[in-house]
Amino acid sequence: MKQILKGNVAAAVAAKLAKPDVVAAYPITPSTDFPEKISEYVANGELPYTQFLPVESEHSAMSACVGAAAAGARVCTATSSQGLELMHEILFVASGMRLPIVLYNANRALSAPINIWNDHQDSISARDTGWIQFYGENNQEVFDLMLIAFKVAEDSRVLLPAMTCIDGFICTHTYEPVDVPSQEEVDAFLPSYKPDHVKLDPDEPITLGPFGVPEVYQELRYMQHMAMQNASRVIDEVFADFERRFGRKYQKVEPYRVEDADIILITIGSVSGTVKDAIDKMRENGKKVGAIKVTVLRPFPFKEIKSIIKNAKVVGILEKNLSMGYGGAVYADLSGAMINEKDKQPILIDFILGLGGRDVTFKDINDIVDKCEDAADGKPFERPIWIGLNEELIP
Amino acid sequence: MSNQESLLASGHRACAGCGPAIAIRQILEASGPNTIVVNATGCMEVTTTPYPHTAWKVPWLHVAFENAAAAASGVEAAYKAFRIKGKIPEDKKPNIIALGGDGGTFDIGLQALSGMLERGQNILYVCYDNEAYMNTGIQRSSATPFGAATTTSPAGKIIPGKTRRKKPIAMIAAAHDIPYVATANIAYPADLKKKVKKALEVDGPAFIHVFAPCPTGWRYGTEQTVELARLAVETGIFVLYEITNENPMKPVVTKQLAKRKPVEEYLKLQGRFRHLFKPEKNQDIIDKIQSDVDRKCNMFGVDKPKN
Repeated sequence: MKQILKGNVAAAVAAKLAKPDVVAAYPITPSTDFPEKISEYVANGELPYTQFLPVESEHSAMSACVGAAAAGARVCTATSSQGLELMHEILFVASGMRLPIVLYNANRALSAPINIWNDHQDSISARDTGWIQFYGENNQEVFDLMLIAFKVAEDSRVLLPAMTCIDGFICTHTYEPVDVPSQEEVDAFLPSYKPDHVKLDPDEPITLGPFGVPEVYQELRYMQHMAMQNASRVIDEVFADFERRFGRKYQKVEPYRVEDADIILITIGSVSGTVKDAIDKMRENGKKVGAIKVTVLRPFPFKEIKSIIKNAKVVGILEKNLSMGYGGAVYADLSGAMINEKDKQPILIDFILGLGGRDVTFKDINDIVDKCEDAADGKPFERPIWIGLNEELIP
Repeated sequence: MSNQESLLASGHRACAGCGPAIAIRQILEASGPNTIVVNATGCMEVTTTPYPHTAWKVPWLHVAFENAAAAASGVEAAYKAFRIKGKIPEDKKPNIIALGGDGGTFDIGLQALSGMLERGQNILYVCYDNEAYMNTGIQRSSATPFGAATTTSPAGKIIPGKTRRKKPIAMIAAAHDIPYVATANIAYPADLKKKVKKALEVDGPAFIHVFAPCPTGWRYGTEQTVELARLAVETGIFVLYEITNENPMKPVVTKQLAKRKPVEEYLKLQGRFRHLFKPEKNQDIIDKIQSDVDRKCNMFGVDKPKN
């Protein structure tokens, strides 16, 4: 059934349909609707057994999630920005203990200066924590990717936590039609979670979270890495299953008009829509431009991106994030993946833009494509390239 | 002391004479095997679980340093959900004990503890207090007493050890108006076990502050742990009391003293206070410790009224 939902509410409705045992969350702009809605469902008896823990910080939210998941519960939470940073320590514990917690993250810039608007610095900074990362372009995608996140995370070949990210305000506070399946349909897609690797049961006492000595630590990390590799296959399977059941197709990377493209732009999140529109206009003017939307950032879809960009001349990556003193994160990931390729390779450029909620406009995208064309013509450039800087503000 | 099989197995890596290890054995004797322990990072976590070994015969979870109360909250919530949805029998209600040292409780874990107490979760939080960050090598915590030397409050030429008093953690817990709060001490095992049992019986959160000397950090002979723990009570340094629903916020002393011993008897046995006695006696500081203890004992009503 189609419903008109804010992004945050779409995520909360998905979480509700997943029937979690425990939700522990702390409010933070712009994801606060999520704990509000969950507490409302619990207060109205719509989630009859779910325990909502209104904890006193995001650190405790993730800690309570780990405790509940260690007891064998299906668990989820929501946060954003500073909240994800406060959780950061325990994000590693969740993945290290192989607990398939699902986190809804409303992407928001980090302090200082404090800023509540969108960029991707928060979840990008968490990309090494051993969490699977999904990024939705719109409210339907975030709804679907929440359900998909539970299914992938809980798969016995994976058992890793997963975060589903959406652009703060741009999507979290925008109302869009979302196709919401019935509880029966969701139950059939996502059966109840029955872990056999964790429990806290006095009838069968086990020790969870022990001291990992050097003789075993590295192997445990290796196994986590292997689980991420498995996740890559499992995500494809779950996407296919999801499409069969609900008719909506997902891909780890979604190509758009790339077949003969000389220039390919890589995007994450809501800017993908703007870029697709811009490409349609440029195509009308004869420019051979295409795009790739990254839906899964971890595990990193090396193979899928490589196969799409191999014939392009220039790949421009739109980065709503910045590793200061380096450049864009997706550029770093992708150049690492390309460096050992023997074939002719496209030029890669990271474009830093949209930080702290700065709008990304058609003009910006045209500007990016112009710079990509210059690079294709052999003009020298210095990366990363900044888009939309107001020089007047810079002393 | 007990005929029960210990639920904390021997062979763990704690130091000889470890007060906290004694505390845990006593707590588990009181709680019995139908118990889940959620342990903060610290000596007791590190020494009992070097993978693939474990000393714990009850289910045990460690997440991090500052969050034992929050992680235990998650365990408690999961059990509630499991009972309501019929995943487990309705009467399956294991004791949930969160366990942290003084660093993990007085300092870095105070916020998570406060949250757990305010949420009214059915968890017993036990702080084993050895009065410094022993696991990292004897650094001062807000549980370290005035005048004690640690590696971050050294007895220097100008500053003679820690200059601040110990935080009254049990009173802070009691200020949350929870059903049960107590202090206990490993030298009084019957009292400690009685308090643990009471704490587990109440519906809602409970907090017990357990005094547990550390031979390594306090610098005394490993055979003197219980003696020092007892002296802490006999001098009035550590007051045994409980706060129940009947008298909310009002501590009732469970071990009154006919005649308190002078604090000097306790201080002089420990290397961390040696600078108060050698090279020459620092009577000013000893007097200040004594007057602090007198004030505290007066406030709690430690001294038995004379007939």
